[in-house]
Amino acid sequence: MDFDLNDDQRLLKDSVDHLISDRYDFEQRKKYAQGPDGWSREMWAQYAELGLLGLPFAEEHGGFGGGAEETMIVMEAFGRGLVLEPYLATVILGGGLIRRASSGPQQADLLPQIASGELLLAFAQQERSSRFNLADVQTRAVADGAGWRITGEKGVVLHGDVAGKLLVTARSAGGRTDRAGIGLFLVDATDPGVTRRGYPTQDGLRAAEISFNNAAAVALGDPAGAIGAVEQVVHEAIAAICAEGVGAMQCMHDITVDYLKTRKQFGRPIGDFQVLQHRSVDMLVALEQARSMTMFATVMSSEPDAATRARALSAAKVQIGKSGRHIGQETVQLHGGIAMTMEYKVGHYFKRMTMLEMLFGDTDHHLKLVSDAGSLF
Amino acid sequence: MDLGFTAEELAFRDEVRHFFRTQIPESTRRKVLEGQHLSKDEIVESQRILNARGWAVPNWPVEWGGQPWSPVQFYFFQDEMQQAGVPGPLAFNTSMLGPVIAQFGSEKQKREILPRAANLDDWWCQGFSEPGAGSDLAGLRTKAERVGDTWVINGQKTWTTLAQHADKIFVLCRTDNTAKKQEGISFILCDMTAPGVTRRPIVTIDGGAEVNEVFFDNVVVPYENLVGQENKGWDYAKFLLGNERTGIARVGYSKAKIKRIRELAGLELDGTEPVINDPKFREKLATVEIELKALEMTQLRVVANEKNRAKGKPDPASSMLKLKGSEIQQTCTELLMQVVGPYIMPYQPEEEGRNEPLIGPDYAAVAAPMYFNYRKVSIYGGSNEIQHNIIAKAILGF
Ligand SMILES: Cc1cc2nc3c(=O)[nH]c(=O)nc-3n(C[C@H](O)[C@H](O)[C@H](O)COP(=O)(O)OP(=O)(O)OC[C@H]3O[C@@H](n4cnc5c(N)ncnc54)[C@H](O)[C@@H]3O)c2cc1C
Repeated sequence: MDFDLNDDQRLLKDSVDHLISDRYDFEQRKKYAQGPDGWSREMWAQYAELGLLGLPFAEEHGGFGGGAEETMIVMEAFGRGLVLEPYLATVILGGGLIRRASSGPQQADLLPQIASGELLLAFAQQERSSRFNLADVQTRAVADGAGWRITGEKGVVLHGDVAGKLLVTARSAGGRTDRAGIGLFLVDATDPGVTRRGYPTQDGLRAAEISFNNAAAVALGDPAGAIGAVEQVVHEAIAAICAEGVGAMQCMHDITVDYLKTRKQFGRPIGDFQVLQHRSVDMLVALEQARSMTMFATVMSSEPDAATRARALSAAKVQIGKSGRHIGQETVQLHGGIAMTMEYKVGHYFKRMTMLEMLFGDTDHHLKLVSDAGSLF
Repeated sequence: MDLGFTAEELAFRDEVRHFFRTQIPESTRRKVLEGQHLSKDEIVESQRILNARGWAVPNWPVEWGGQPWSPVQFYFFQDEMQQAGVPGPLAFNTSMLGPVIAQFGSEKQKREILPRAANLDDWWCQGFSEPGAGSDLAGLRTKAERVGDTWVINGQKTWTTLAQHADKIFVLCRTDNTAKKQEGISFILCDMTAPGVTRRPIVTIDGGAEVNEVFFDNVVVPYENLVGQENKGWDYAKFLLGNERTGIARVGYSKAKIKRIRELAGLELDGTEPVINDPKFREKLATVEIELKALEMTQLRVVANEKNRAKGKPDPASSMLKLKGSEIQQTCTELLMQVVGPYIMPYQPEEEGRNEPLIGPDYAAVAAPMYFNYRKVSIYGGSNEIQHNIIAKAILGF
């Protein structure tokens, strides 16, 4: 085990950190958010140029051959910048699903298009009442010659409004929550059977409600056996958003400590009050515990044993959820009224953190999974 | 960065695991895992087995018996020791006094003290706290006066852990009343058998007697019992307390506790259902496990970061280990009580040669006393409020 960055990792970190600090301050971010897509195509091109869009892919697919540690480095920086671009949707989820579920020729076709920045993807998985159960799928897939036809409703599809292709979970066999019978299908977003309604999310990112009405699709891998790959990719995505959360929490904490040292009341900096010092120490402890659990999630996201991996990722998600809520609420409280304004940065971290807690399962959901799964050790 | 363990690291883990589980007496390990007190002989025996293998003082400089281990090796050593229920080498000897002597002591002191401390031939105790000097330790008043070639010590120490077993005590004494309070303190060694030293046990809320008051009434010790320089004792004490904190997370012990709680929760019935079947209980257990997993990683990070810091300077991040580690240890004692249920109530102090059977299951008697006793872990070694102060100042810059 080695916590120090190697040369390549240091280079990666330096370049991402620079990009975020030069191009992603709060005012710039506001401008990107007001653009037509709600994010910046120009930044997307920058990510492509830096190799970030192919980070986890093999070199033969135009990628960088990076592992989970490299993704962690990037996502943490994105968390600090409150990055708006569809990186999670396209690279982590979309690219992940193609890598884990599909055949060689599909990978060779699609992955280079992601890496170059041409292809945007979205993962249409959630349904109105499925909550966090990845196996709860009512959307149907029916064979149609060599291809498939998809019918059903998907909700809160991250960046589903702009994606060129949609990766859809749909059932080719079995009952509503059966693990068997679920396939993963690739649907062109411009297919006449696809209707989508995009909207902003609470944290200023984008999502869509998407209806499929007999939309033409191709299967990625086994049309009835994709659940394992879906879970694996969701685990990788959980590790990634844990890292994003750590970046956001780090910023909230830094900004809060600075504020306590500068804001004066009763004739002195409010940070002179021991109660506020101790509360900011508790925030730091929560942050460091979250960072530790993110590292654990990062190693465990490639664990081959599915049950061990699931338990570990759930444990990490619980920690991030708890730490994030604690740090978010305390950040607002310790700032006082200023933190309540849209004009001030910390509220935006707080909101992003709140959405991250909900994404791929909230704290109680994952706590239940861990507690039903037996010991973590 | 590569966050997985290497094959060599895992092989080391297996080696120490095998040693602990085959060489340290099973009866001693069982007592530790079940939360019972060890006799002095059991503690000494265990440390000597470690010492014979060269593993009683791995944290010392190599020339004095330390090991050139990597942070991960140190972590596995401690973790496996704690999970196996091996009593740790006596902290007063190995993590407090030893490193101070190795760093600041004279050559003669090193030669005479270190090997005996490593082998537990001498049992040391820590004479720092006083009735009037707890968190504000530098306010201590026990006085040592230079008289010819000797020191004459007068005053009182308190909370002295296991002084009843001790051969010797290291004492912080005031040697200059005129200087600033941190600058008039010296670090002096004393025999517990010296005339004028008396000890009185303090019974703690769990019914145990692990702490003592120690009185010094015109106790005469040779001048050469001074460690380092006169009036520099505060620096050595700070160094010592910094060393104390890195081991204080006790992750391995908490792992063993949780394992035991889980086992007992499978045995103990609520009606016809084992306690472990209660989803609310399971969630509480999972909650501490997750905190502990995170703490384990945090500890690895703190230890790995030592190489980037000035030698001998405690890392204020170790205060986080103390905070979380104590919280988790205390929560485990609450969960154990919850598992046992009403049979925590009979008060049944440990006795030699008990002939009546215990009331309730044999694991019940220790549950409540352990809960009471473990309130100490957020008080000693720098209370948790003091740890907050340290982090606020040294890390956050308040
Ligand atoms: C079981 C046990 C074993 C011990 N073993 C030893 C031993 O072997 N040798 C030894 O020398 N000592 C030993 N100690 C003593 C221990 O180190 C002290 O108890 C500790 O330093 C706290 O001091 P105090 O008890 O006087 O509490 P006080 O210092 O009086 O503290 C009382 C309360 O005030 C809080 N407080 C104090 N100052 C501040 C501040 N600046 N800001 C905010 N809050 C503050 C404390 O956190 C605590 O909550 C032991 C103690 C216990 C309980």
